[in-house]
Amino acid sequence: MTANGSQTVSTADSSGARSDAAMTDNAPLGSPRVDDAVIESRDLDVFYGDDQALHGINMDIPEHKVTALIGPSGCGKSTFLRSINRMNDLIDIARVDGDLYFHGKNIYDDDVDPVALRRKIGMVFQKPNPFPKSIFDNVAYGLRVQGKDDDVEEQVHTALERAAILDEVEDQLDSSGLDLSGGQQQRLCIARAIAPDPEVILMDEPASALDPVATSKIEDLVEELAEEYTVIIVTHNMQQAARISDKTAVFLTGGHLVEFDDTSKIFENPESDRVEDYITGKFG
Amino acid sequence: MSSESFDLTREESDVGGFGDRLARYVFFSCALVTVLTTLAIIVVLVNGAIDFFAEVSLVEYFTSTEWDAINETSFGIWPLIWGTMLITVGSAVVALPVGTLTAIYLSEYADPRVRRTVKPILEILAGVPTIVYGFFALSFITPILQTLFPGTGTFNAAAGAIVVGIMIIPMVSSLSEDAMSSVPDSLRNAAYGLGATKFEVSTQVVLPASLSGVLAAYILAISRAIGETMAVTLAAGMLPQITTNPLAEIQTMTAYMVQVGTGDIAVGTVGYQSLFAVGLTLFVMTLSMNIFSEWVRARYREEYQ
Ligand SMILES: Nc1ncnc2c1ncn2[C@@H]1O[C@H](COP(=O)(O)OP(=O)(O)OP(=O)(O)O)[C@@H](O)[C@H]1O
Ligand SMILES: [Mg+2]
Repeated sequence: MTANGSQTVSTADSSGARSDAAMTDNAPLGSPRVDDAVIESRDLDVFYGDDQALHGINMDIPEHKVTALIGPSGCGKSTFLRSINRMNDLIDIARVDGDLYFHGKNIYDDDVDPVALRRKIGMVFQKPNPFPKSIFDNVAYGLRVQGKDDDVEEQVHTALERAAILDEVEDQLDSSGLDLSGGQQQRLCIARAIAPDPEVILMDEPASALDPVATSKIEDLVEELAEEYTVIIVTHNMQQAARISDKTAVFLTGGHLVEFDDTSKIFENPESDRVEDYITGKFG
Repeated sequence: MSSESFDLTREESDVGGFGDRLARYVFFSCALVTVLTTLAIIVVLVNGAIDFFAEVSLVEYFTSTEWDAINETSFGIWPLIWGTMLITVGSAVVALPVGTLTAIYLSEYADPRVRRTVKPILEILAGVPTIVYGFFALSFITPILQTLFPGTGTFNAAAGAIVVGIMIIPMVSSLSEDAMSSVPDSLRNAAYGLGATKFEVSTQVVLPASLSGVLAAYILAISRAIGETMAVTLAAGMLPQITTNPLAEIQTMTAYMVQVGTGDIAVGTVGYQSLFAVGLTLFVMTLSMNIFSEWVRARYREEYQ
């Protein structure tokens, strides 16, 4: 789906009992009410010790679309991403306030099991992090821990194929994932994340360590993934955000979400002057 | 710099001057002392062993199953090796599981505060003189064994194995924990991100990723158990025999060396020279274990990103 996109939008399936805690007063500029939101953030604050990294984030993330998170370094993009699959739980000093709904269920409720949540919301990290295991076992790992390994062989092949890396590794599935190049490792990590078939895929600057060729492969991949998955991607690269995303959220220093709207709107005619300055490179 | 212009010749600049050269010699001499000491030990052992094997055939040494070198009647090393193996295997059975689980707990489960307190305690435990462990075995472990299994002797292999096991737990857990905590968080995050539980992350990701370090810790600890002396002399006794009864008295190679070294056997007799033969055997065994440990570490070193 491109900014001036012409691809078909997959119709949203009914996403359960969605919370109706609609827009609040401090909603970011833009933020039209999205009817097919799969993730709804409501007044989300995140603290590291006494430092507040995110301030009252409100965002409705649409299903089966690519949502880009952009903003200067340290503005809380990764923090927001990690609060969606509760990876922040693993950071001792991190604390989350506010609500974050996934299909209408507040994932910060006491009865939510973060392990089960992470099986529905997969993640690709900024630095490729394959396990020191074979390529096959890397992709099979999620299937195995999630007990979805009835037909591992086929699922691994499918995932590698969708991650556009099967051709390159088909004859060396038994060799270590660490022997691949950086770009291949990152596509391996994407295959690993999609193999267990999550609903949402979080990507934290998946192409930041890659050369232009590998980057463009990953960009193509992201657009394809959006046909079946909801993709939320952090990027520092404006052109990339403009190219691949449907929605763009602009965070600015201090951990505020300043504007969240259709990508074309953000890049062509943003409401906020600060967003315009950031996008045109005047600051940030 | 003596002149205005940059001058990189030695005479003009004092970079890398006398002080630097002096330091180099001091460091070199210290390194030399260590190397020379090791060489001297090997020379002494080999010399004594050559004298011993002039009297006793290598065939007897490696095939006979009786050892009574003090009375100069039989010279088969196997009873002593057997005693050493009983202690080593027994202590490994105690120490490797407990040590590994402790390491996993400290590295993956424990609160950072707990880890910061427990690790130094482990390292202090590793420094307790081994004779203290020997008394602990005699006065604590053996009485318990005697209550559980009437007929257990004052000296028995089981008490020795247990106490040596307890002794090497800190080494296993501390070195394994070092290996586990050097596994980068990015790997843990990858597994958590796929919906793995903490138990799965610990056992399926962290443990395999740190395997080379953990195995090296095992081998070092086992080699320490082989070489352990005072605790086993006190706990397991001085009766060289090949027995499968862990509650019987045995003798290890080290305990034999204590017996000869502190006894009143005349210098120059075959009985006395047996000390060097046993010492050399022990030296070769522990040295091979240490080399093996290095090899394992290098061979299976994981290249994380
Ligand atoms: N584990 C942590 N412990 C303490 N503070 C943290 C931690 N992670 C992030 N922070 C702080 O939270 C703020 C937001 O960080 P975050 O990593 O979310 O920014 P980001 O937008 O992803 O930046 P970048 O573009 O550089 O990746 C920063 O001030 C950072 O110092
Ligand atoms: Mg980041």
